[in-house]
Amino acid sequence: MKKTIWGRVYFGLVLLILYLPIFYLIYFSFSSGSSMDHFRHFTWEHYQTLFADKRLLAILLETIMLALLSSLAATVLGTFGAIAIQRSKEAYRKILLSFNNILIVSPDVIIGASFLILFTALGFSLGFASVLLSHIAFSVPIVVLMVLPKLKEMDNSLIDAAQDLGANNYQVFSQVLLPALTPGILSGFFMALTYSLDDFAVTFFVTGNGFTTLSVEIYSRARQGIDLEVNALSTIIFFFVLLLVGVYYFLTKRQGKKANKLGGLLR
Amino acid sequence: MKKNRLLFLLPYLLWIGLFVIAPLVLILGYSLTDAHSHLTLQNFAAFFSGGTFLRMMANSFWYALLITFFCLLVSYPAALALTRLKNQQFWLMLIILPTWINLLLKAYAFIGIFSRSGMVNQFLGLFGIGPVGIMFTDFAFIFVATYIEIPFMVMPIYNSLKEIDPALLSASSDLGASFWQTFRYVIWPLSWPGVESGIQAIFIPSLSLFMLTRLIGGNRVITLGTAVEEYFLTTMNWNMGATIGVILIALMLIVMLLTSRKQHKKEIEL
Amino acid sequence: MKKILSAALAILLVSLGLYLGAQQLDSSSGGSASSKKDLIIYNWGDYIDPDLITKFEKQTGYHVIYETFDSNEAMYTKIKQGGTAYDLAVPSDYMITKLRRDNLLDKIDTSRLSNFKYIGKEFLHKSFDEKNEYSVPYFWGTLGIVYNDRYVKKGEIKSWNDLWKKKYQGQILLVDSARDIMGMSLVSMGYSMNDTNSAHLKVAKAKLDKIGKNVKAIVADELKMYMVQNEAWIGVTYSGEAVTMMDQDSHIHYVVPAQGSNLWFDNIVIPKTCKNKEAAYKFINFMLEPKNAAQNAEYIGYSTPNTAAQKLLPKSVREDKQFYPPMSTVKNLEVYRDLPSSKVQEYNDLFLEFKMYARN
Repeated sequence: MKKTIWGRVYFGLVLLILYLPIFYLIYFSFSSGSSMDHFRHFTWEHYQTLFADKRLLAILLETIMLALLSSLAATVLGTFGAIAIQRSKEAYRKILLSFNNILIVSPDVIIGASFLILFTALGFSLGFASVLLSHIAFSVPIVVLMVLPKLKEMDNSLIDAAQDLGANNYQVFSQVLLPALTPGILSGFFMALTYSLDDFAVTFFVTGNGFTTLSVEIYSRARQGIDLEVNALSTIIFFFVLLLVGVYYFLTKRQGKKANKLGGLLR
Repeated sequence: MKKNRLLFLLPYLLWIGLFVIAPLVLILGYSLTDAHSHLTLQNFAAFFSGGTFLRMMANSFWYALLITFFCLLVSYPAALALTRLKNQQFWLMLIILPTWINLLLKAYAFIGIFSRSGMVNQFLGLFGIGPVGIMFTDFAFIFVATYIEIPFMVMPIYNSLKEIDPALLSASSDLGASFWQTFRYVIWPLSWPGVESGIQAIFIPSLSLFMLTRLIGGNRVITLGTAVEEYFLTTMNWNMGATIGVILIALMLIVMLLTSRKQHKKEIEL
Repeated sequence: MKKILSAALAILLVSLGLYLGAQQLDSSSGGSASSKKDLIIYNWGDYIDPDLITKFEKQTGYHVIYETFDSNEAMYTKIKQGGTAYDLAVPSDYMITKLRRDNLLDKIDTSRLSNFKYIGKEFLHKSFDEKNEYSVPYFWGTLGIVYNDRYVKKGEIKSWNDLWKKKYQGQILLVDSARDIMGMSLVSMGYSMNDTNSAHLKVAKAKLDKIGKNVKAIVADELKMYMVQNEAWIGVTYSGEAVTMMDQDSHIHYVVPAQGSNLWFDNIVIPKTCKNKEAAYKFINFMLEPKNAAQNAEYIGYSTPNTAAQKLLPKSVREDKQFYPPMSTVKNLEVYRDLPSSKVQEYNDLFLEFKMYARN
């Protein structure tokens, strides 16, 4: 039993280290002055600056919009891709999967650099559109990998049964296939969202014409030194993420329960 | 049904063509040409002849290796401890949550924590250890990189540990094996796939942490990723940048072949 | 199916909402919508006293939109790309050459500027604008060494070569700029900072490699912060940055080595994209007014080329030889020339190699 106690202590320690920098940021967002060493006195000043900084707020909104749009598109493409892979012959399937995995295992700088070359070669001007396309592109494979297992789990006889009962292709797709894939699609979407929100390297390469995402903006601000406005921003992001993760947790829990119920019925 | 299949396949193939194959071909093309688009092997010659590039490559792999190693060292026990907790989904969520905070924000936090009057030095000051320069050291770079990657190592290890049949563990202890014996002969080998995918998930991104080499490493640590970024965005020498990229891709393929022969099969069977 | 579709629709709607929100924020912070009364200025970040903008708006009734860039190159790309309507911009010397060559600037008729006479003669007829047809001096400055006298005795550092001394091991911060650092090495060996001789450049890089042990980090603008936090003893950076540091910490000093250094000018230009010339001229003339120029110089900390304004500055500033150096030092200072792109490449590649090598 002693081991579990030490295990708990250790686990707690790891969590502490994981959250320490985040709380450090939040703590100093309330300190007056302009450095992260000694807490001076409590102030909302940095939040006031943040809310007056329309540019930064616009970047925040655009970053979220970018993440939502790219994940949505990637989810559609990836789900289609997974279905296509599943329905391919064994030999093709392997080839398709290897191509799928190339972007997953490539370092971000290479993805960014090669996309930059691609957009330049196509004469595509850099900006919101190029960033959006890149985010879609690197999120597709992860969605495929999330949806594929659900496809394999699915009982193929269900589709056959539906077809025997006179369902057309569209009905099979919407009534049988999609509901079975929903958990995979959902986690694929959230993974894509994570990828997009967290991406720095790829965006850094393919952005231009005044469009920036939050990571790129924070990078350029960090290169000017410490600015407690960024701390205030992290506090807001942290609580926003907390909210999102809470929603996701709730959703998956509910989804899980439902799936179990369905499974119980079928059995 | 055939038509139907095409409907699903076409957009996906378009994606593969445009964003996987075309970029690969283009980057290879750039690596094999010079600034005037003449075919040449000069870039590769430059890479392999000067000691600078080779040493930089060795350095980046060394750093990536260290980061991966420390990550594993911290994450494995954490994942193991996690399997013994109640409400595991919740705790796992807590591990994953920091990955949703932008990486740059976390790096930025460390600029404060590691500074001369920052938290670490204040803490050391309690023991009378004078302010130590932590910023811009190898330690700082590896620490921050490890910190950022930990959740990505915990997740796959935890997943593979969860797959171990608890009956195996009780059987092992019933047969009189000590914890270490059980660990050595049952848990570790069975969790190896998770460790392997964790290593893969960390080693490769570790090569491209150029923002950290700037902000935390103060350009004292130059990795392959930094070099690619510099050649593409600062010095505008795309040909050399592409060459480094191609070499990185080649190495990555080798690493993949070496580590994931089994892994691949598994993914397809999933 | 319905659920998934409605979820997708919801995401699209949220995105649309975010887009509209961002648009709203963008336009209120000074977007692209321009009217007759607008004057769009494209300048470095924090490079003008905001009070002066307010004063100008009150005096003339124009509405000023102030947009910023953080490198000459970024500014160049934006102006070249078009689709922007900047009425004024403030590039540095070599970039003016480049903009002129690419035909991106409009001529400035200095006879329409009643306050142009206040500009010191030594700041006119520079190589990047021999006839003063395209630019009006805004600020100027130098590249030099800052040091903290807690660790380095006052006056101990006089020349670039001092930085190579063994005792400064791991204590120097360099600015992350190929031209400046390669230039530093070149000038320390008596070569020109505009040297294009490949052999000289190689020697300069080899000399740089030897400073590697002394270099703590190669950083951007955060150099200021680290110097003030005593993270390092010595930094190589620009005069205006030095002023900011010295304001925050009286232990920090600035030296421009007598053997030579870079002298740079930021001048106001009128890009071809200008839509409101009337306002542009009025603004330039307003900024040239000695009182305003002095106020701006005090706020920014860089040196003003406006001789009448110099006289209005506090004596301590005006007579500080590091910021208003006597002509004898200025003689040794070089202005960067716009080098052919293959040479720029060479500078950059060598500097990158130095960075790869710097740790050993």
